[in-house]
Amino acid sequence: MSGASLPADERLAPASLARRLLGRPELGAVAGAAAVFVFFSFAADSFLRAASLSTILYSASTIGIMAVPVALLMIGGEFDLSAGVMVTTSALVTSMFSYQLTANVWAGVAVSLLVTLAIGLFNGFMLVRTELPSFIITLGTFLMLTGLNLGFTKLISGGVSTQAIGDMEGFPSAKALFASQWDIGGVTLKVTILWWLALVALATWILLRTRAGNWIFAVGGGADAARAVGVPVVKTRIGLYMGVALCAWISGQHILFSYDVVQSGEGVGNEFLYIIAAVIGGCLMTGGYGSAVGAAVGAFIFGMTSNGIVYAQWNPDWFKFFLGAMLLLATLLNAWVRKRAEARA
Amino acid sequence: MGAVLAAALAASLAGCSSTGGKRAADERAKAAAAGRPAVSTPRWTFAMVTHAGDGDTFWDIVQKGAQEAAAKDNINFVYSHDDQGQAQAQLVQNAIDQRVDGIIVSLAKPEALKDVVGKAVKAGIPVVTVNSGADRSKAYGALTHIGQDEEIAGEAVGTELTRRGRTKAVCVLHESGNVGHEQRCAGAKKTFGGTLENLYVEGTNMPSVQAAIQAKLQADPAVDAVLTLGAPFAATAAKAKDTAGSKAEIDTFDLNPAVLQGLKSDQLGFAVDQQPYLQGYEAVDLLWLYRYNANTLGGGRPVLTGPQIVTKDDADALADYIKRVTR
Repeated sequence: MSGASLPADERLAPASLARRLLGRPELGAVAGAAAVFVFFSFAADSFLRAASLSTILYSASTIGIMAVPVALLMIGGEFDLSAGVMVTTSALVTSMFSYQLTANVWAGVAVSLLVTLAIGLFNGFMLVRTELPSFIITLGTFLMLTGLNLGFTKLISGGVSTQAIGDMEGFPSAKALFASQWDIGGVTLKVTILWWLALVALATWILLRTRAGNWIFAVGGGADAARAVGVPVVKTRIGLYMGVALCAWISGQHILFSYDVVQSGEGVGNEFLYIIAAVIGGCLMTGGYGSAVGAAVGAFIFGMTSNGIVYAQWNPDWFKFFLGAMLLLATLLNAWVRKRAEARA
Repeated sequence: MGAVLAAALAASLAGCSSTGGKRAADERAKAAAAGRPAVSTPRWTFAMVTHAGDGDTFWDIVQKGAQEAAAKDNINFVYSHDDQGQAQAQLVQNAIDQRVDGIIVSLAKPEALKDVVGKAVKAGIPVVTVNSGADRSKAYGALTHIGQDEEIAGEAVGTELTRRGRTKAVCVLHESGNVGHEQRCAGAKKTFGGTLENLYVEGTNMPSVQAAIQAKLQADPAVDAVLTLGAPFAATAAKAKDTAGSKAEIDTFDLNPAVLQGLKSDQLGFAVDQQPYLQGYEAVDLLWLYRYNANTLGGGRPVLTGPQIVTKDDADALADYIKRVTR
């Protein structure tokens, strides 16, 4: 700085690329993902193989499809503990409706969409009507759905899993949409990855480019203030829960059309994985901040960690410990990077 | 901190017991593990993927059998488990990605594993199924199945219950969605002279299991037999019975030290053992035999490891084996 010319006003200078990147909410998650990736590249021999990476992507996509709407919901300041079993409910409805009425499978798919959306509507409606914490409301829905899943399946199918519907009309075309896969040079890519990417793109567009996106941030930042400036708080909240339901429907159909039979007791506990993915991705537990891309990166970190531990052949008795520790480290790194970025920006 | 530790250590050294305890157990384990591989085949890697929940006694014994066979056969043995079908399939996929030399898998939720087992077979990895899924094993391309035929085991229980003069039994299922468990209860129902009802409980949450059994016994005092499908649940059922003031007899599938104690003290009627040690040991050994010599066992039919009915009379003979976690 020899001061030969006057320095330009720094506020008017175009922000450098690095500085613009540092301002993004996903940055910390990306740094965490890179760290986990490098770590397992060294820790596990088979981690970097193409086949392994496709397995990891698939695993991330199954969590990621649900992490997207759950992230939006968390930005809007709410939780959904029923998200995990709702996936199973959705798959059960399709399977049992089609089988019992010997209907075209697509009819079951449509009925399942309606039922699942109705559950989302119920969650949202109960929340706005009772003003109780969403934690309590959806905990109730979670338990009720767990019971309904087992109860109805036993009542209708006579067993704890549904009958096979693989030979029914409409199954192949529905399978193509929800559970197809391609072999590219020995690597299997599953369609859920496309669903996942499409949902991330859609959610990002909604959040950053539409009025609804502004409403979501406003409701999560402070519902009363949002209401005062004319944001339709009720509509936004119900919409967010129906978004979770829509994605639960997609996930549920994927499980059904992948395996042809649904186990009624599954899905319990997965709701936390979705929340973890969203939080690693930069969503605040208190609402008002976060991004869909971040949640996708969070799901990817989860996929890398849960599969990486297996590839590294660590003792499975400690699996949950390693998983928790890695996730905590990734989140800490995320928080640290974001703090530094905010300090510099 | 260091001082406290040192003091505790000194105290424990001073108050040393010359018999039993951890030291005696360690000595035994050392002696058992000292055996070097008995073979000179290359160090192959076998992966075992089961549907076990976390911290399950039964699968500990299976694993123990597999590890001891692996030590003998010079095998690098890796174990993983998940009780959700989709996640278990994922773990099998992980094993394929790692290009292991053999896969051992339990087919408790067969449909979820169908594709991925087929994939392993297509990739040229020999697969042996264990424990559950006897009827699907062959169709999915596995070499052989090692386990108990759940239906036959259930029938043996039904016969035994009838012989003991029972009239109303409750079958406690602790893993919802497990086809093998359904078959056990169905088998028992088939041969049992009285009536048998199913009771679903949440197996990973013991207090809720006890509460559910207790409620059942209180609601229906006519129940005179409770059949649990896993060893840890027998003790819980016994507690539930005491609290409910019921006179029901508790019988169970599988063995553990508590069950043995229960048999001795007449808390339990009988136990049905499916010899989990054999399921792990034989699975590894058969894969080794296949790789070494292209041998298979069972002639295309399941190799049965049970049922074996264990009563008070057998309890003493088995005590030592149960203590070292091989029965």
